This record gives sequence, C-alpha cells and structure tokens, in this order.
Amino acid sequence: MRIVVDLSRCEGYAQCAFLAPDAFRMHGEEALMYDPNPDDARRDQVLRAAAACPVQAILVDQLEKRDVPAEASQS
Amino acid sequence: MATTKTPDTLRRILDYSSRADPYPLYAELRETPVALQEDGSYVISTYRELTDILHNPHLSSDVRNLSHPVEAFERSGTPSFINLDPPEHDRLRRMAMRHFGPPHTPELVAGLEPDLTATVGSLIDGFAGKEQIDIVDDFAYPFPVTVICHLLGVPREDEPRFHLWVNAIIDSIDYNPKTDPKERLTNGRQATTDLREYLGGLVEQRHGRPGDDLLSRLANDDGPDGRMTDDEIVATANLLLIAGHETTVNLITNGMLTLLRHPQVLQRLGDEPGLVVPLVEELLRYEPPVHIIPWRASYSDITIADTVIPKGSRIMLMLASGSRDPNRFHDPDRFDPDRRDNQHLGFGSGIHLCFGGPLARRETQIALNELVRRLDRPRLVADPPPYRRSPVLRGPIHLHIEQGDG
Amino acid sequence: MTSADTLKGFKRDGRIVVVGASLAGLRAAEALRDEGFTGSLTMIGDELGEPYDRPPLSKQVLTGWVPADGTKLPRRRDIDAEWLLGVPADGLDLATNHVHLADGREVPFDRVLIATGVRARPWFVESEAALDGVFVVRTREHAESLQRALAAGPSRVLVIGAGFTGSEIASICRERDIPVTVAELAPAPLVGALGAMIGEIAADMQRAHGVDLRCGVKVTRLEGDAQGRFRRAHFDDGTTIDADVAVVALGGIRNTDWLRDSGLAAGVWGIACDTGCRALDLNGLITDDVFVAGDVARCPNPIYEYRLISLEHWANAVEQAEIAAHNMVSGQADRWPHLSIPAFWSIQFGVNIKSVGVPTFADEVVVTQGSVADRRFVAAYGYRGRVTAAVSFNNAKWLDHYRQLIETAAPFPPPCPTPDQPADMKPVPVDFPGPTLLAQGATVVVTGHDPSERRVTAAWQHR
Repeated sequence: MRIVVDLSRCEGYAQCAFLAPDAFRMHGEEALMYDPNPDDARRDQVLRAAAACPVQAILVDQLEKRDVPAEASQS
Repeated sequence: MATTKTPDTLRRILDYSSRADPYPLYAELRETPVALQEDGSYVISTYRELTDILHNPHLSSDVRNLSHPVEAFERSGTPSFINLDPPEHDRLRRMAMRHFGPPHTPELVAGLEPDLTATVGSLIDGFAGKEQIDIVDDFAYPFPVTVICHLLGVPREDEPRFHLWVNAIIDSIDYNPKTDPKERLTNGRQATTDLREYLGGLVEQRHGRPGDDLLSRLANDDGPDGRMTDDEIVATANLLLIAGHETTVNLITNGMLTLLRHPQVLQRLGDEPGLVVPLVEELLRYEPPVHIIPWRASYSDITIADTVIPKGSRIMLMLASGSRDPNRFHDPDRFDPDRRDNQHLGFGSGIHLCFGGPLARRETQIALNELVRRLDRPRLVADPPPYRRSPVLRGPIHLHIEQGDG
Repeated sequence: MTSADTLKGFKRDGRIVVVGASLAGLRAAEALRDEGFTGSLTMIGDELGEPYDRPPLSKQVLTGWVPADGTKLPRRRDIDAEWLLGVPADGLDLATNHVHLADGREVPFDRVLIATGVRARPWFVESEAALDGVFVVRTREHAESLQRALAAGPSRVLVIGAGFTGSEIASICRERDIPVTVAELAPAPLVGALGAMIGEIAADMQRAHGVDLRCGVKVTRLEGDAQGRFRRAHFDDGTTIDADVAVVALGGIRNTDWLRDSGLAAGVWGIACDTGCRALDLNGLITDDVFVAGDVARCPNPIYEYRLISLEHWANAVEQAEIAAHNMVSGQADRWPHLSIPAFWSIQFGVNIKSVGVPTFADEVVVTQGSVADRRFVAAYGYRGRVTAAVSFNNAKWLDHYRQLIETAAPFPPPCPTPDQPADMKPVPVDFPGPTLLAQGATVVVTGHDPSERRVTAAWQHR
C-alpha cells in the first residue's frame, strides 16, 4: 500500500509509531521516518496510525485500482 | 468584549443536572469564544481559539503561575508532568516515554494486542447467564484497570483500595468552595496522600530489582536524562494510574452508549469491524472522555481572539465544546464514523497531548469490536443512563443493558 | 455567451495539459477532478513511471530501509488522465496554445499548468561529473545508485555542499558508520537558508556526530584513477582528501529552459506568477490560460512585501497545486490567493528541524524557547521589528504559534516571556552571507483560515 506523510504538518506526536511500528519510526525524539510503501499485511496497523494522527498528516492511497500511466511511446 | 452574554452558562454546565447533555450549553458558551467570568477567569470554548492556545508557549500548566491560587489545584507533593511546563515537563515526559513508546520502546502498545484481546474475551465470558449487564462495572472499568495495573506493576488485588482513593481524587478536581462541601476537598487531599504513600511503597520494593513493569523500569533505568527521583516516579505512576483507567472507562462506555443510540452504525460495525478505527476517532470528538481542562495559567499576557488575557489568569479549556464547533466540523452534532478531516480535541493538543492515547485507542477499538461481535441484540435499559458527578471526566456511572431474549 | 457559460463549457469538455508529472502536477490533477473538471486531462513528464515522492530519497532510501522504487505517491482519487511520460516538453507556443514535446509531438490545450520542478545542479566539470562514484540526488535512479555505493562500504564519502540535502546525506553516512567529509564554501552548514547563528549550531551538531566538516573551502577538482573511478578531491587551500564517493549537493536548477521562447517571465528563479498561480509574461502581464505551481513558481507574497518568492518546499507544491487547479476552473470572483506561510522540514543527526516563514527575510534572530545546548529550541526571526520566520530544533509543537505571529505581523523580539525562555535571550544579527531579500515596504496581516476566505489586510508596522 502507498502512503505519504505531510511532514510540514507533522509535529512529532509519534502516535503512528506506536500503532504501526514497522511502517513509522521515530528518528530521535521528534523526527519521523516512514516506509512510503508498507507491506499490505500491515494494512490494518497503518490505517490505525493514519486515523490516530493528531494533525491528520498521513495520506493513504484512496484508489483500489490504480490509474496506471501508459508509458509514453519512445519515438 | 470578552464578557459573556450569558454569565451563568458555565455554572449550568458544571451543575449536575446538565451532565447527560451539556452540548446545547456548549453552543451557548461558544457565542463568546473567550469568555471572562465574574471571578476573573477565562473560559475558551471554540475550536480555533482552543488549538491556538494549546500551542501557545505562554500558557502554563504550573499552578504557581496563577495569580489567585485556587485551593483545589494547590500542589500536594511533587507534581507530575501534566502540571509542569517545559523544560521540566519535557524531561519527565521523555523519561516516562522511554518505557512506554517510541523512540525507545516502540513495540509496546502494538505488542499488547493479544493481552488486550484476552482480557476483553474473559470479561465478556463473564456476562454469561446474566440478564442485565452493567457495561461500566462488568466491563469498561475492570478492563483498563487490569491493563494499567499490569503495565505499571501495581498488584491487581489492591484495586479495591486505590479505587476509593482515585474516586475521591477525581471528585475533588473541580471542587468549588462556594457550592461544594469542604469534605470533598479534604477527602481528595487525603486520598492523594494515601495513594502516593501506597505507590511509594511499591517503588521502594523495586530498587535493585529489574523487571518489565514501568515502576521497575523507572526505578532502575539510567537513560540520557538520568534517573527519576522516587517522588517523581510516584507522581508519574499516580498520573498514569488515574488517567489510565478513569478516562478509558468513559471512552468505552460512551462508545457503547453511542452505538446503542445509533443502531444502524452498530449493525454496520458488526459487519465491518475495520470501521471501529474511524469510529473511535469520531467518539473522541462526539462523546470524549475528558470534557474540560479545568485550569491553565497565563504565564504572561496572552492575546487570543482579540482578547488580552492578563498574566496570571486562570484559563479553563472546554475541549468537548471545541470538538462540536460548527465553524470547524460540518454538522457537528451528528455522529458520523465516516467523517473526514476529523482533527478532534479528544486527547487535547500540543505538548500535553494525552500520554496514553495510543493505548486508549487500542483498548477501545478492541473492546467495541468484541462487544458488538458477542452481544446478542443489546438494548439500553435507561436512556439517558445515570452519570458520574464530574463534568471534567464525564461519563455514565452505570450503563445497564439487556441482551438476547431477556 | 456569458463568461459563466464559457467557464461551464470549459469545465465540461475543455482541455487541460499539466506539464510535470511529479508531486505538484499529480495533486493539481486530482484537485481539478475534485473541482468538477470533466474535460480531457493530459499529464506530461520527462521521467518514466508513476509520480513518486522525493524527500525520502535523501533519507529512508539512503539508509537502505526503503527501496528507491518504493516511494510512489498515494492517490487521492482517480484522475482519468492521458499520461505522456518519458519525454520532456521542449517548448510552449502561446499563439496557438500547444506544448511541444522533445520527440516532435505537439499537445494542444485550452489551459496549461506548468509544474516542471527542479533538477539537480551537476558538478561543473562534465568529465569529472562522469567519474564512477560521483553522484547527485534528485531522482529515484540517483538515490538507488548512491544507496548501492553506500552499501558497498566506501572508505570515505565526500559531500560537496552543506545545505539541507548535503547535511541529510552526511547524517545518513554517520548513521551507517561511513566516514564522511563535508565541504562547504560558506562559513557553516545551512547558513544560506537559516543564517549564521543556526549555522553554527548545525556545525557543532555535525562535528559531534563525527563529520569531518570543512567550511570556507571550495572543491576545485575531482580526480579519478585509470579506471575512471573517483579517488581524490582537491580543495582551493591546496589540501586534498581521498574518498570513493562524492555527492554533489549544490542545490537545483529550475526547469524553465524549455520556456525560453514562450514569452513568459521565466528564468533561473522560476516563472513569475500572481498569488493565484497565473503566469506573468515578460511584460508583466497576467496570462489567462497559463498557470504555475511547485518549485518552478515564483509567486509574490504579501507578507514579504509582495516579493516574488520561489520555494523548493513540499507543502508549497501541494498548496500551489490546489490553488492553481481551483483557479483554472473558477471565475474571477471565486479565485483563491496563495497566502500560506512557507513551511519546511529537514531530518538530520536525530533532530527534526522545522521552519515557518522565510528566515532569509530577516535582520535579527533570537532563541525564544528551549536550550541550544540540548538541541531543543525555537528561534524567531525578525525584520524591522516584526516576526517574519521561526525555526525549531526538536520543538515543532510550538511552531503553529509562530506562524500566527508571522500572520499577524507581531512585534519582534516577541515581548512576552515563556516558561522555558533562555536566560540570556538577546537578538543577534541574522548575518546571511549573500544578498538577502531585505527592503522596505508594505506590512499586511492574514485573515481567514480556509483557502476560500484567506485574504490580507494592510496593517501598520510596529514601532
């Protein structure tokens, strides 16, 4: 699954790192490092983490089926 | 002008008769976002002003910064980090967090899941053969108490002792010398002393005996910030013991009550257990366990919503009102588990954001999922149910339900 | 036909082309569909594959935790677009409303959004840049090659340039226990963005983590061996250093070259636009059908005296994309201005560095909260007696307050004490090495909280 965190909103509350420790890790006291493509097996944990974010900075992919880009024809 | 048009709104909110439904009064309060009270204190009730002030470094949690001391808030012993400002707050919270969450102990809450599920399962097993169940006494109280005792390393069999102390302490949080009997305050004081003495005894036993529980870890760990003094450990344990169950009991009970009042959502949750995740967030907005932060102090003059709150003023934060502010939440009085952008104030905001929030969420998510899965056609016996006295930590004192053909 | 009818028709079956298929382009496309645009949408991008996120490339990817192809951006919704990827745009014809592609194709549009971003500034000597072991970091291919080089256990890494990216890479080298030398022309790291005081703190932080930090020096030559592998770097003070990997972190070049003959006000600082993200032509006239968002946009900011400011910030790309998309399908009365206060973050040496406002728009700086020694603090920046920016080190929960101080043109230094105010709090000159943005001009305050209601009103300056 795909996620992105708006780190300019993130204030380092670490709620995500409690609830989905495999996908979200604190680097020091406040800085968040995360896996933008966590394993689908972690989906429940990641959804819990996203819901718990006090500043709602975690965006989870909303698409079931992706709008996969057709690769441009290489002349 | 900050003076409220309806000077007795706050009094009516605090009055027990409004406990079942304070929300219309919160709406009245929000007409004056920053309302000066007759006693010189300020009440803040709108979302934006609440989030602003919770991020304002001039807002103090240290009672010594109140220019007119309030008896009920006076310090008795070493304060815990909830009643301290940076840098002391940050240091003590960091030291406690080392043993509870990231970055040092990131796996703890996620790792508790099997224990939480087992505890919930055995409590629900205990419903067997009962015609009526009290969601509070039979479930929502014992569950988080078991969890916090286990985490802290407080013997579960001592619960009857500290239950009384904790009740007396909660009862004194909002003590009002004008209307309340003096015993409420003195009982609360005595209970604080007794509880601290009890916890102090436990801490003493832990020295030199490394163990997995929080008390042992705090008593024996030398992290980058050094070691907490015994008084600091007692203050921290005291806070976590009280907050660890007095709030979650309300969240779970309010959750069951809200589900029983919204049968379609109840039905949906049964079919779709994953719904519990956004549903608990909506509960934290719609029926939060903590309604009010009874006091904070302005460390220096604070300008908010064009009002200057003078240095030393008492400020009361109406969190539950902010989460119902129509200027922030569309259709705020509707319980909508699909709500987007749900940046509620259920756990506060800023540096004092609830320490145990992730645990409370998991406890409530697991509890509601299992209750809904295993109860057979649950029904409310009385609506509204009887409420606890406190307007601060608000929730039913009992929640009787019937199930099956009973 | 009224303009409302025209707009309605355009929203129904107009043609929008988005040039640049990265963060800003994708978010704009999603916002266009959210706004009810049902016409044709074409996404043009020079890189193959789906849009991906770049900040993790210099962090999680280089630590080896996240694979370089694992940062594809999540989608907020389906955008039902035609994707023309792998071929850059090389011209814009505003007489006929066509985008020219490098392979000769022409793509017609009614309205176009330019979000072509930035590319890495390469090492200035082509033959040296081509040495095995010399890297830049901008694309996922760059990050993947550098990650592989770090994983091979180099004897030493040389980072050229101690801006945010260079400092982050140095931090990761130390985390991976790789010896690293950082060479910076300025007197300290981060000094161009945050000034001398913070620069000194950043320098201490690097040295405390074992970085061989060399400031005030210029790398003059990268030397390779017979196999064409990078081996040694020469400095302008005559010294040399042996290393197997050199990372060139000298900032970016805005991708505006393709607009050279378009008649737009495009140049090295980006493409000038109004706060509604509508591009300006060379004469300073607002165009109707050309919009700009992200790193290439050079947008006036009323809070900073209407100066044209270009920002390579993640949140800026997202916000401008949404503003541009809204304005592309809205009538004059419904347009939104882009009035957000810039916000930035960097993660290095275990510290979360965040900023709000424009720190280079300042004459003084003061630590207002916390402790510099503990690397937990907030510093406020002021210009002529008002707050214009703030930076936090592991103290991000307070920054919202400073954003408000900026929006309300609050007095600097902030007059009211806080409980954790340093005892020796005293403003010092901000001391930027190069030309800064300073000048006299208007002061405004921002009102409103939603994009639809955010406006500024004029305010009198303090003092």
